[in-house]
Amino acid sequence: MNSRGAASLLKDSISFTDVSAAGLFEGHDLLRRGFTSVKNELLPSHPLELTEKNFQLNQDKTNFATLRNIQGIHAPLKLQMEFRAVKQVQRLPFLHSSNMSMDILRGNDECIGFEDILNDPSQSEVMGEPHMMMEHKLGLL
Amino acid sequence: MVHSFCSSALLSLPGSSPDTSSPWDIAGAAVWGSGTHSSQECAGTGTRHSLVRARSTTRALPQGQFALPLTSSKENLSWAGLVDGVVLGADTRATEGMVVADKNCSKIHFISPNIYCCGAGTAADTEMTTQLISSNLELHSLSTGRLPRVVTANRMLKQMLFRYQGYIGAALVLGGVDVTGPHLYSIHPHGSTDKLPYVTMGSGSLAAMAVFEDKYKPDMEEEEAKQLVRDAIAAGIYNDLGSGSNIDICVISKSKLDFLRPYDVANRKGDRFGRYKCEKGTTAVLTENVAHLELEVVDETVQTMDTS
Repeated sequence: MNSRGAASLLKDSISFTDVSAAGLFEGHDLLRRGFTSVKNELLPSHPLELTEKNFQLNQDKTNFATLRNIQGIHAPLKLQMEFRAVKQVQRLPFLHSSNMSMDILRGNDECIGFEDILNDPSQSEVMGEPHMMMEHKLGLL
Repeated sequence: MVHSFCSSALLSLPGSSPDTSSPWDIAGAAVWGSGTHSSQECAGTGTRHSLVRARSTTRALPQGQFALPLTSSKENLSWAGLVDGVVLGADTRATEGMVVADKNCSKIHFISPNIYCCGAGTAADTEMTTQLISSNLELHSLSTGRLPRVVTANRMLKQMLFRYQGYIGAALVLGGVDVTGPHLYSIHPHGSTDKLPYVTMGSGSLAAMAVFEDKYKPDMEEEEAKQLVRDAIAAGIYNDLGSGSNIDICVISKSKLDFLRPYDVANRKGDRFGRYKCEKGTTAVLTENVAHLELEVVDETVQTMDTS
């Protein structure tokens, strides 16, 4: 398993921790997650599920590989440094960050796609518990 | 199940002027009458379009099983003061299996003021895809400051459709006029595109293509071209179950845009010549026999009803 670089972030299976218990005595959130099925937890439920999950990563990989071949190692390194720098500008953990600089770097500020319309994280109906998340971030918990 | 019934035909008619050589032998871009080529890069050229767009609002079909049967598009070019551009045509039937879901749907979608797209396949897919690409193209043209090109829309569409590996059932015919001239592309659901002088797509595509193959010739006038497209779509309407109702035509040229909806009503519903109801007393009463029905009350219950 390649543990270096972006390849280690690629998802090739569905993590079963996504199916988490909501309360003390609940085993499965039927309303939000649907019926349980071992197959759904291990295998993708749609042929495009994995390619879509990894789409951004694969795009970055291809672009960085091309840049490296054309301009040398410094070009992707500089870009990745900028990505990392920009990813550090975030709001408090329970609030949604717009990631505007990240969008500009990727060129997504001039594009609109399904991710802007469907399942927009800024319009999510659930929010984490603010105090717990702050305490976790500050290391008090 | 998605049924992809749509046919679009495009005819590209190169100019016939003998002294000028066109860079494309299938799509010779004629400079409109006047010798100057106004680049028309700004978006503020809306006045050059005679925009007759009556968008139908009856597309409230929730299910995914749509067949947009027939669209046909044609390109008409000519030199020396005649119209050069693209003629797109489509029928107006949307089916859900063997039932007509929408008798008068609009299959010619707006991409940009100079680019229109006929869509076949799943209605929601074509609608959403063309709207998404239209938005992206608008952002792109604001960023470049130029009028968008047909090849840009083509590239955006094919990259998106290939990403979804054909699961987005949108078969499109994209036509428009930009600074480089008139162009026509056909785009299949898996992401392959063809650039051709005339194309048909959908279930009625074979019927329409037969008409094109027979009657298409280069250097057609605008009216001739519109008539040819109309004939091709009518062939699809009459010979294919997935196509029907009216014929919509969209003529895009450098100087104007005509969105003719409907251009022709091929399937006309029959006119009723009279009232076919029977009045009371039509049937003569010969005898009348009244029999009393004896009913006795067996059980009686009272139930309170909450009417608050």
